[in-house]
Amino acid sequence: MAILGLPEEEYFAPGHRACAGCGAGIAMRLITKAAGKNSILTESTGCIEVVSTPYPETAWRLPWVHGAFENPASIASGICAALKALGKEDEINVIAFGGDGSTYDIGFGYLSGAFERGHNFTYVCYDNEAYMNTGIQRSGSTPYGASTTTSPAGKESIGKEEWKKDIMHIIAAHGSPYVASASIAYVQDAFRKLKTAIETKGPTFVNLFAPCPTGWRFQGEKTVEIAKLAVETGVTPLYEIINGKHKINRPNDVSKLNPVEEYLQTQGRYRHLFKPERKDKEIEFIQNRIKENLSLLLEMAEKGF
Amino acid sequence: MIDFEKVKQKVGDTEITIGAVLESKGSTSNTKTGAWRSMRPIVDKEKCTGCGICWSLCPEGCIKKGDDEKFEADLDYCKGCLICVNECPQKAITAVAEEK
Repeated sequence: MAILGLPEEEYFAPGHRACAGCGAGIAMRLITKAAGKNSILTESTGCIEVVSTPYPETAWRLPWVHGAFENPASIASGICAALKALGKEDEINVIAFGGDGSTYDIGFGYLSGAFERGHNFTYVCYDNEAYMNTGIQRSGSTPYGASTTTSPAGKESIGKEEWKKDIMHIIAAHGSPYVASASIAYVQDAFRKLKTAIETKGPTFVNLFAPCPTGWRFQGEKTVEIAKLAVETGVTPLYEIINGKHKINRPNDVSKLNPVEEYLQTQGRYRHLFKPERKDKEIEFIQNRIKENLSLLLEMAEKGF
Repeated sequence: MIDFEKVKQKVGDTEITIGAVLESKGSTSNTKTGAWRSMRPIVDKEKCTGCGICWSLCPEGCIKKGDDEKFEADLDYCKGCLICVNECPQKAITAVAEEK
């Protein structure tokens, strides 16, 4: 049975200890629904590992392996090799996932290695834009201007001073046949992308945007609303890179973007950009760069790159 | 398949499994996280069209479809995040404060 095109079966059980309104909780339900019964999951250290397996309990209803912070992609490589030896590689899906800390930073070398070796697996990053489990430290995924405990905003600081790492193109440069960005606010789109990634042979990647009420400082009920705003303002455009070619899902018109303030104002991590006084220069910088990024994506798609 | 009885080991007074291996059967559902809740979502069954959007966006996965094809949160697990209240296109779900 399906509801909204998503399988009704739940492989991520309730009773897990994620915060109320956790975006990554929605992400896990989507990943496991797309994976289905014949799957092996492996995950790095991170929020979801901690909240899903308070020993001796586990939220998983699928085989799930926890590795260290850096190596879900390596474990997945080993599982793929074992399945190959058993002649079962076409029967069982291998899915590795981790947060952005693991994916963009700590596990990046291992992820790159697994993609270079070309194992038949899917890697999903649930992207909540900082190390949330250890207390909101900046990661390579934390966006420009966001205040975290290791990029605190203050008199001399506007929060994180570097732009978010472009993981999508870095992974695509490995020659992956399918790389997609998705958001928990668009569940059907995300489900389709996860499913496509899993069904595509070779190493595939999905960056799944998942807001964090605790780390971004907003009320839990706003998780999906904020994820939607991130797409409508162009902060996290949804697109796919299929065999190296771009396909933009949304937004697809730079002139029709909602102003980025609509997104920034919803979160405590950007509060310093508006109070005590509005930091016009920084907001304009963010706005312009978002427009440039989207223009570039649309141009690449249009020219067939 | 792993015989879970065979991988048990006694450490002091507690029995643990070697390598912290557990059977994948979603045993976190033994813990009723509903106790975390300060606000409770109440569905107006007259307004609910059974679209399932609340079901798809619940981080707990605790919203269930009833025999009447309408959706309702399982209050044993609902943490009261109220995403369902915020996202319901029919505004059929309201938040009510839990009483002590």
